[in-house]
Amino acid sequence: MKSIYKKPISLNGVHTHYCTGCGHGLVHRLIAEVIDELKIRERTIGIAPVGCAVLAYDYWNFDVTEAAHGRPLAVATGIKRVQPDKIVFTYQGDGDLASIGANETIHAANRGENLTVIFINNGVYGMTGGQMAPTTLMGQKTTTTKLGRDHKLHGFPLPLLDMLKVLDGVCYLERRSLFSPAEVIKAKKAISKSFINQIDGLGFSMVEILSPCPTHWKMSSLECLTWIEKEVTKTYPVERVK
Amino acid sequence: MKRRTLISGNEAFAEAAIRAGCGFYAGYPITPQNELIEYMSRRMIAEGKVFVQAESELASINMIFGASLSGVRCMTSSSSPGISLMQEGISYLAGCELPAVIVNVMRGGPGLGNIAPSQADYFQSTRGGGHGDYRTIVLAPSTVAEIVKLTPLAFELADKYRNVVLLLGDGILGQMMEAVDEDLFDIKTKEYPKPWALRGCEGRAPQSIKSLYLAPGALEEVNLRLEAKYNQIREEEVRYQELIDKNTRVVLVAYGTVARLCRGVIRKLRSENINVGLFRPITLWPFPNQRLSEISKTVKKFLVLEMSTGQMIDDVRIVLDRSAEIEFLGRTGGSIFSEDEIIAKIKKMLKIK
Ligand SMILES: Cc1ncc(C[n+]2csc(CCOP(=O)(O)OP(=O)(O)O)c2C)c(N)n1
Repeated sequence: MKSIYKKPISLNGVHTHYCTGCGHGLVHRLIAEVIDELKIRERTIGIAPVGCAVLAYDYWNFDVTEAAHGRPLAVATGIKRVQPDKIVFTYQGDGDLASIGANETIHAANRGENLTVIFINNGVYGMTGGQMAPTTLMGQKTTTTKLGRDHKLHGFPLPLLDMLKVLDGVCYLERRSLFSPAEVIKAKKAISKSFINQIDGLGFSMVEILSPCPTHWKMSSLECLTWIEKEVTKTYPVERVK
Repeated sequence: MKRRTLISGNEAFAEAAIRAGCGFYAGYPITPQNELIEYMSRRMIAEGKVFVQAESELASINMIFGASLSGVRCMTSSSSPGISLMQEGISYLAGCELPAVIVNVMRGGPGLGNIAPSQADYFQSTRGGGHGDYRTIVLAPSTVAEIVKLTPLAFELADKYRNVVLLLGDGILGQMMEAVDEDLFDIKTKEYPKPWALRGCEGRAPQSIKSLYLAPGALEEVNLRLEAKYNQIREEEVRYQELIDKNTRVVLVAYGTVARLCRGVIRKLRSENINVGLFRPITLWPFPNQRLSEISKTVKKFLVLEMSTGQMIDDVRIVLDRSAEIEFLGRTGGSIFSEDEIIAKIKKMLKIK
């Protein structure tokens, strides 16, 4: 019998702590599949963020470290510069990458560090209880925007991925989502490309993934997917940006 | 004849680090240590090592985190405000037991303060300016030649104990040029295997480096293991220098640049037949408690001198308690002592007109 679906070697056979319908587990798996397919597991070093995905080192079956909140790309720079033969990637939430770590993101990108960045945009600070993130949509309710995001008080949703487009050091930018099986396949393709770019030494590659957070959006898993398709993509279109 | 080289303190930190096998340096400009980062930018690249001018001290210290977990000797440097920014990163290095060498060429504070020499970061260095239960080894050279000796030691101790080692200088020491024997730079350091480093899992099981311990009791266990390590450091790594004999009437307690000033004072006073001694901690943490306590059995007057309003004096008080008379003389905000004011203070203590 032909096997068509199995656990990637790069994924540990353990239960995750993620909520039902959360996107983190799915993206972990996509990354693991890509690492298996590219046969780079034994030379990959991952960097887990401070955020819901902090325990990623328990789920991936390769070397992983944990960086301070917002600093994965500085840590990645240190690793990659002294181990250029290794495949180094960061996995970051929107608070981590676009708020507290925005400076590290911009400068690692601008230096053209040969790194892969997987950026999980779930529009909230998941780990700390669903506060506003830089990516929170206009009018979206969070625990710190009870009446909805108001630009006079909170500014506008930050399009960090798009902002990086103008930087010469950046090789590849793509935004994908998980709202349908077809979209999941596209997300995996983008992740794969971002790793291949690094293998080929092409420089800074980042894939942003619009990811559901049923717990803090206070929606069912299915409602989350519809919300992403109908609402989130208006502010954050799924497309190749560079 | 021995070849000697004229070099500034800042450049001596840099050159000694390279000779000690520093493979990665990241830094952000700040006075009075700019010569260090500039020197590194030239020499590291010429040596085929890695130099990164970081976007901030937050980035520097976290780049160091990445280089260190790769198993490479690494260093960053800054001056007081920049070291303040690094504190979270230092705490993470401590939590992950990653070796790193950090040079602080201290300047006047608080706030932006000024760019003049100071010793006001003693608390920050020895008490741990970051969060959590941790310690950093602190080495305080007092001459350019001693910078060249202590820098390789810093790398060795960092690797030996998987710990952060701070090299504490100040604006005078960093900027001052001195002639140093060239062969002093040829110190060999001991290498330690680093099986814990993340280099990809080829040929072994995957590893992680982290400081998060959520299970009840898990972090306490880690912290107690760290404390056992710190106790070993307290036992084995205390370093100091003393200039004390049986006729010494007052012991000056000072480190770094101030200790150097004290030597001149001591020479002058001894020529007047006033026997004043010096106790100079080289490790500020671990502080040389035991030796200081022994000295207090024979000498009963101590004068603590610092370029601050009094920080190391707390450590001296902890050791001496009420067993001796402790006086303090400090200059702060980037001002420095004159020999005369130190001499006047000593004479007053000895009731000499
Ligand atoms: C310096 C610092 N500030 C704040 C925190 C608290 N904190 C932990 S995770 C987090 C936000 C995480 O949000 P995000 O990066 O969007 O990831 P998510 O949890 O949503 O996946 C915050 C603010 C921290 N750990 N460290």
